[in-house]
Amino acid sequence: MAEKIVTAPLAQLTPEMVLLKERFGDAIQPAEYEGIVIANDRLLEVAQAIRDDLGYDYLSSLTGVDYFDKGYFETVYHAYSLARGGGPLVFKARTPRDANAAEIPSVVSIWGSAEFQEREAYDMFGIRYTGHPDLRRILTWEGFAGYPLRKDWKEAYYEQDHKPFDSRWPGGHHVPAEERVQFHDNVTVSSETFNVESFTPEAEQLLYSGIIPIPGSGNGHGLHTDSVVVNLGPQHPSTHGVFRLVVRLSGETVEDLKPVMGYLHRNHEKIGERNTFSQNMPFTDRLDYLCSMSNNFGYALAVEKLMAVKPPERTEYIRVIMAELTRVMNHLAFCGFLTNEMGAFFTPFIYAFEERELILDLFEMASGSRMMCNYFRFGGLARDISDEFVQRLRHLVFERLPQKTDEMENLITTNEIVRARAIGVAVLPRAAAISLGAAGPLLRASGVPYDVRKAEPYSIYDRFDFDLVTGTNGDVYDRYLVRIGEIRQSIRILKQALEQLPVGEIQTGKKAYQTRVPAGQAYGRVEAPKGELGFYVVSDGSPNPYRYHVRATCFINLGSLATMARGGKLADAIIGLGSIDTTMGEVDR
Amino acid sequence: MSDKSQVPHELKDNVAVTPWTKLFDPLSPIYNWGRKYSMWPMGFGLACCAIEMMATAAGRYDLSRFGMELMRPSPRQADLMIVSGTVTKKMMPQVVRLYNQMPEPKYVIAMGACATSGGPFKEGYTVVSGVDKFIPVDVYIPGCPPRPEALLQGFLKLFEKIEGQKISTSPWYTKKEFPAIPVPLLGPDLIDLRKVQETRNEQPEASTVPATN
Repeated sequence: MAEKIVTAPLAQLTPEMVLLKERFGDAIQPAEYEGIVIANDRLLEVAQAIRDDLGYDYLSSLTGVDYFDKGYFETVYHAYSLARGGGPLVFKARTPRDANAAEIPSVVSIWGSAEFQEREAYDMFGIRYTGHPDLRRILTWEGFAGYPLRKDWKEAYYEQDHKPFDSRWPGGHHVPAEERVQFHDNVTVSSETFNVESFTPEAEQLLYSGIIPIPGSGNGHGLHTDSVVVNLGPQHPSTHGVFRLVVRLSGETVEDLKPVMGYLHRNHEKIGERNTFSQNMPFTDRLDYLCSMSNNFGYALAVEKLMAVKPPERTEYIRVIMAELTRVMNHLAFCGFLTNEMGAFFTPFIYAFEERELILDLFEMASGSRMMCNYFRFGGLARDISDEFVQRLRHLVFERLPQKTDEMENLITTNEIVRARAIGVAVLPRAAAISLGAAGPLLRASGVPYDVRKAEPYSIYDRFDFDLVTGTNGDVYDRYLVRIGEIRQSIRILKQALEQLPVGEIQTGKKAYQTRVPAGQAYGRVEAPKGELGFYVVSDGSPNPYRYHVRATCFINLGSLATMARGGKLADAIIGLGSIDTTMGEVDR
Repeated sequence: MSDKSQVPHELKDNVAVTPWTKLFDPLSPIYNWGRKYSMWPMGFGLACCAIEMMATAAGRYDLSRFGMELMRPSPRQADLMIVSGTVTKKMMPQVVRLYNQMPEPKYVIAMGACATSGGPFKEGYTVVSGVDKFIPVDVYIPGCPPRPEALLQGFLKLFEKIEGQKISTSPWYTKKEFPAIPVPLLGPDLIDLRKVQETRNEQPEASTVPATN
C-alpha cells in the first residue's frame, strides 16, 4: 500500500502553477497525481495570490486526508474561478502526523467557506487550523474520544479494515455485532466505568462562550435591556430535520446566530472507506435523501474519472433524465417546504408531493425503489428503462409538469403574504455568497451566473440548450424565483433528452461486483438540485477507497445562514434557513 | 371495589359486588375504538424515513383515513412517537427527553432499519444500534426506508395492540408510577446512566474517568 503511494507520478504543473512556482520558489512543490503542495509558512500568502491574482475566488472543497504510512496529514483544497469557469486549482498543505501537534494555517480569512470545512477536518482528523475563529468540533460533540477518520482510529464495531469482512463471507455464520464487542454496545467507553460526578460537559459551554449575551446591549430606548440567547431545536427549525440554532436576540432582532449540526452524523465517510467502491453507491442515496439520483451521479462521475471509463450514449441520456427529474421534484418540494415555514402549514406541500409521487413512480419503475434508487453504476446503469417508462415520462414532461409548475407559481409567486415575507428578507449579498462558498440556486439568486452544468460541463450537458436562471437581490423571493425558473429549464432539458434518446447498450464493459479502480485522486462534481455536490476520492489501487469525501452542498450553504439572518427578525431567520433548502442527511453525512 | 372481602360482614348477603373488570371491560372495545382512531403522532422526523412519513401524510396515501393526520408539534399533546430515521448518539438524549415528556398512554413506532437496529449505518461510530436500547418500542417497521404502505401496515399493527388493551388493566389508570428514563450523557461516548447506576449499587467506589481525547 505504502509503496504504491510513494511511487505515484508527480503532477504535471499547469501554466498557473508554474507562475506560482516562479513567484514563490521552493514553497511550491508538485504533488502526487494532481495539484501542488504549498509550504505551511507561506500558505496564506500563496492562497491570497491564488484568489486575487489568479482569480480563483471560490473555494469549493477543503478536506483532510490521513496518509498513515507516509506519516503526514494533508489538507486538500479545490478552488474554482466563478468568472472563467473550467477546472479547479488543486493545492495541498501537509503537516507531520503528530497526534497532538498537527497544525496548518487557517484560510478562513481568505475564503469564508473554509470555516465549517476546517472545523470538520479538525473534528475528523484533529488537524488544528491556526487562526480559525471558532475551532470546535462540528459533527461529533466536544469531548468525543478520538478523531474518527484517522486511519488508526477504530470504531466500536470494528471488524476489519476493508469489506467484505471474513466473518460474513464466504458462508460464515453471523454473530450479532453486540456480541462481538467489548462492551456489548456501540460504545468505545464503557458506561460502567464512567464517573458521572466528576464529569463536566464542555460542549455547551464552548458553544455559548462564542455567543455570550452582552449586558445592556438591547435597543431599549433609554431603558436597561439585555440581549438573550435562545435555542431553537434540535428539530423544529422548521422540520428540515434535526438541526439546532443558537440565536442571540435583542428583542426580536437576531444579533448573532450559530448553527449546531451533527445530529444526523451517520459516519458516511468512515463507512465509505471500509466499503468497496461499488458498495458505496447505495450509501450515497442516503446523503441528500430527496435527490438520490443526483448523488449517484456525482459519485459515479468521480470514480469513472479514476477508472477512465465513459458510459455509452444511452446511459448518458438516461442519467441526465434522472438528474433533471430529481431537480424538478426537489424544487417543487422546496416550494412546499418554504411556504410551510411562512405559515401555510402543509397545504402547498401536499400539492408538491402530488407530482413527487408521479416522479417517484418512474424511479421505482426504473430502479425498483422509490427513494433510494441505487441506480447508477460505474460506466453504466443498474438496468435499462422500458418503453412504458418513456411513454409515462413523455406525458409527464410534455403535458403535466409544465401545467403543474404554472399552478404552483400561481399559488405562490403573486401571493401577497409570500411577497410580504420574502421580498428583501434574508439577503445574501453577491460578494458574501462567493466568499462563503454558497452554491446552486443560493449563489445564482445572489446574481452569480454559475452552474457546474455550464461552467464545467459533465456528462452530455453541453449538448442541451438551456439557460441559467439568476436573481438580482439575493433575497428569499429571488431564491424561490430561481428555483421555479430552474424547474422550467429542467423540463426544457428533459424534452430535448427525450427527443434525442438513442437506443443501445447501457453498460461499458461487463457488469461486475468488484470494481478495479487504479490508484489516483479524483474530484467529481455535479450540479445537484441544491448546488455543487462534489466527491473527492483517493484510491491506492485496492478495492476500497483510501479516502472518500463528500463536498456536501447543504453543509457549506449553511455557512451563509448567519450572514443572512443578522439584523433580521427571528421568524425571518427560519425562512432564510428554508430558502437555503437543506437536507440534514447531507449536512451531517 | 372489586373484592368482596372489603364489604362489612353484616351487609355481605345484601350487596352484589361487581368487579372492576366486569364493569369496565365491556366498555373497552368502545374506549379502544375511540383511542385508536384519534392517535396524535408527534411531528418528529429524523432522517430519510421522515420523507416517506410525509408522503404517507400527503394526498396519495392519506393518513387521515386512520384519524391520525394531526401531527402534534409538542410531545405533551402527542401519544405516538414515530422514530423515523437514524438515531445518532448526539440526538439520543433529546429522543429520550421527548419520550419522557409524552403523557401516558404512549406508543413508539420504530420506522425503518436504522431506528430498529442501526440499519446500514449500524457500524458507524455515532449511530445508536436501535432506538430500543433506550426507549420501549411497540411496533418495528422494516425497510430502508419503508414504503408508505409499510408504515400504514405498522399503524394497523399498533391498532391491534391497542384493541387488546383493557381499561381495568391498563397501567396508566393504576396508581403505578412511571419513572422517567434517565437521559443519556454525551461524555467521551454515549453514557447510559442506567448502567452507571447499576454499577454504583454494586461497588460504591467510583473508578477514574477515561481520558477525553
